Amino acid sequence: MSRPVRQVHLAAHFPGVNSTTVWTDPTAGSQIDFSSFEHFARTAERGLFDYVFLAEGLRLREHKGRIHELDVLGRPNTLSILAAVAAITEHVGLVGTLNTTFNEPYELARQLATLDHLSGGRAGWNAVTSSDAFHGANFRRGGYLDHADRYERAREFAALAKELWDSWPDGDVRADAAAGVFLDDGVPARVRHSGPQFDVDALFDVPRSPQGRPVIVQAGDSADGRTFGAEHAEVIFSLHTGFDDARAFYDDVKGRLARYGREEDSLKILPAATFAIGDTDQDARDRAREVALQQVRPEVALTYVEQVWGRDLSGYDPEGPLPDVEPDTGSETARGWANRHAAVRARIAKLRELSETEGLSIRETVIRLTATPTFVGTPSRIAAEIDRYVQERATDGFTVVGHLTPHGLDEFAERVVPLLQERGSYRRSYEEGATLRDLLGLPAPRATVPFRRPPLPTPTLATR
Amino acid sequence: MTDQVHLAIALERAGWHPAAWREASARARDLTSPAYWRDLLRTADDAGIALATIEDALSLTDRFEPVDALRRDRVRGRLDAVLIASYAAPLTRRIGLVPTVTTAHPEPFHVATGIQTLDFASRGRAGVRLVAGASAAERANFGRRTSGVDAIPASGRVEDAPEIVAAFREAGEFADVLSRLWDSWQDDAIIRDADTGRFVDADRVHNIEFQGEFFSVTGASIVPRSPQGRPLLTVLAHQTVPYRLAAEHADLVYVTPHDDPGLAGIRSELDAAADELRTGGEPLRVYADLLVLVEDTGAAARSAATRLDEWDGSPLASDARIIVGTPGDVADAVRELVDAGVDGVRLRPARQPADVVAIAEKVVPLLRSTRTLREDDGRGTLRARLDLARPESRYAREPEPRHARVEEFAL
Repeated sequence: MSRPVRQVHLAAHFPGVNSTTVWTDPTAGSQIDFSSFEHFARTAERGLFDYVFLAEGLRLREHKGRIHELDVLGRPNTLSILAAVAAITEHVGLVGTLNTTFNEPYELARQLATLDHLSGGRAGWNAVTSSDAFHGANFRRGGYLDHADRYERAREFAALAKELWDSWPDGDVRADAAAGVFLDDGVPARVRHSGPQFDVDALFDVPRSPQGRPVIVQAGDSADGRTFGAEHAEVIFSLHTGFDDARAFYDDVKGRLARYGREEDSLKILPAATFAIGDTDQDARDRAREVALQQVRPEVALTYVEQVWGRDLSGYDPEGPLPDVEPDTGSETARGWANRHAAVRARIAKLRELSETEGLSIRETVIRLTATPTFVGTPSRIAAEIDRYVQERATDGFTVVGHLTPHGLDEFAERVVPLLQERGSYRRSYEEGATLRDLLGLPAPRATVPFRRPPLPTPTLATR
Repeated sequence: MTDQVHLAIALERAGWHPAAWREASARARDLTSPAYWRDLLRTADDAGIALATIEDALSLTDRFEPVDALRRDRVRGRLDAVLIASYAAPLTRRIGLVPTVTTAHPEPFHVATGIQTLDFASRGRAGVRLVAGASAAERANFGRRTSGVDAIPASGRVEDAPEIVAAFREAGEFADVLSRLWDSWQDDAIIRDADTGRFVDADRVHNIEFQGEFFSVTGASIVPRSPQGRPLLTVLAHQTVPYRLAAEHADLVYVTPHDDPGLAGIRSELDAAADELRTGGEPLRVYADLLVLVEDTGAAARSAATRLDEWDGSPLASDARIIVGTPGDVADAVRELVDAGVDGVRLRPARQPADVVAIAEKVVPLLRSTRTLREDDGRGTLRARLDLARPESRYAREPEPRHARVEEFAL
């Protein structure tokens, strides 16, 4: 008896405000007009993706004390754009990145529950912890939390949000007009929570949404991040895309699930993936090269090394060798990039090794590091590769990002998806009424605090 | 003084009568469904109503209602108003979408970008209604603040309650930050200059560097300047402190006169506040609120109102004047307000969807037949429809050294 074919899950990532997104291409459209989001979401739905995925903007990036000019800049508010996209789509999930540092559980829980209602059960939350004082300066919460506190806040935030979502029972509100009873006593359950981060005595004001809770996605990769993921996440958006690396990550994170009483399939791992499609493999390689040169223009390459080194390197030739000077680890040359300050020396060592063993210029080194697509080849090669990752348990699928707004995924949806379907590892249609959790093949969430009707409070005034 | 006005509509869960959900025509189990809000907003849009406000609060209970003695006969639960408006944006064509936002807990930065995004998604039809202060129930839900708005002081004047006065100062800062963030990208900031490799001109994007009594916000918006430049900023006001907030920061104020002398008094207070506080730009637009219950005959309307009042246990009370009557009665009340010089009238339907449908199908045609309503001339944005100029970014007026130098040489 053959083993059942594992199903590939795909998420569609709206192109970001970074050098992966090519704006110099004549066909590149607006990064902010609603028509771009409409086109993108419709492509994702045509390609039967599980969900569209949006990042979050908290502050414009700065380079050497000025707003960074070279990349696409400006993006919408994550929740508002997803609510608008809900209106023009029917099936595809809507996952937004929303941080736990500059939000409050009550407000974010009601916004996500609202999105779940408005979309008929298609909402997801990529819970991230951010970040630093640079971002904090835009928020009344202000300040910033150090790494451990950020995760403590994230854990407490997620736990409290789940309690709020679980505080209404399943099913419609009673709304018994004849009896004059809109809600029964004790509905919703009162949520009393007192912890280091939050101290609330809350009555949640959004009735239970179609999914009960949004699907929780998580992107952090540190030990704290992996622990948070194993405990709370239903999807992990990782950066581990090499096959062996992806499989090691898969084993590590899924191995942690048992500790929380969870099964392997209750968590999906969907790493980020870029692609270059060609009619032949050589054609695909040529296209990948062409795109890489658009992504890493000479000035972009130099900016990249300035950000890693933390100093002005404008005298260096992007077509020449890497800078031979030491980094300035205390500087604030680049502000607003995730991960770019992390492990500067290790990153420089990696750049040098690449550059020196192969004799690469600054620009070619940066291309190799940042502009090498995950999948390059004919549609059938790419479909076969994706399928191999999934069948061999290196991932459950991918979060795919194109390099052009808004049509960067059109070719993928039209040429790769049908071949995945032929392989039997991809859906051929959406099931009517499926929630995002259904699309992902995730089990229904278990209530952390099962809904229970508390003892009757003080007599109500309804019968006076 | 204008002799034609715009009509606005104020949407609130099942309607403004607390027993409205018990009407046979109510959709009491659907109040959090997308179809409910789509239908209401499309009905208003198709009727040519200029804007719809959507009520909101961050608590299960109403503002001054104790959480420990919940009445079981009241509607509970709602959706976030900014997201309802965002959802409705692609489903409507002309109507302005004006969600309510409270200013005590939400982040001004998130609200600014949310409303700008609504402006993009609606292609220039976004606004916001700001509400000052947090109720006790809201504070308990957040656990961040110990003081707020617990009751109107015995004198009835908010000047006598320092914590309410502070809440209005905070709302003023909130409005100021919204407006600055909305201006933070100049209209021409995105240059897509392939020759220099620059997508934006950093000189045309401005950190707002706002430092206030209640919060500080440093950076520019993450959203480029939206179709209206600044979405419409509105407030509801009943007395001096909120009139001053409106005069200083709002494009449009909703007021609640009960008769002509009342409206005249409000106008003179608003005018005095505007003289003192309003800088540049357009005059403040004044909309009068009416709470309406509409049936084809006066008897039917009175009987519906009586039924609702009996269900609720007490007669309907409101800050706004209440009209229980025929479409003609509502149209007459609107025309009286027009004669008294308001710029618009905001109708609060007692029952949703029944009174929304009655307004759309009966009141609007009556007002149109007497040329009381300003006809839509097809211009795109909400501001344009209300004859409000699109404001230039305040930062566009600041000198830009790079360009100044070029001009010197050119001269």
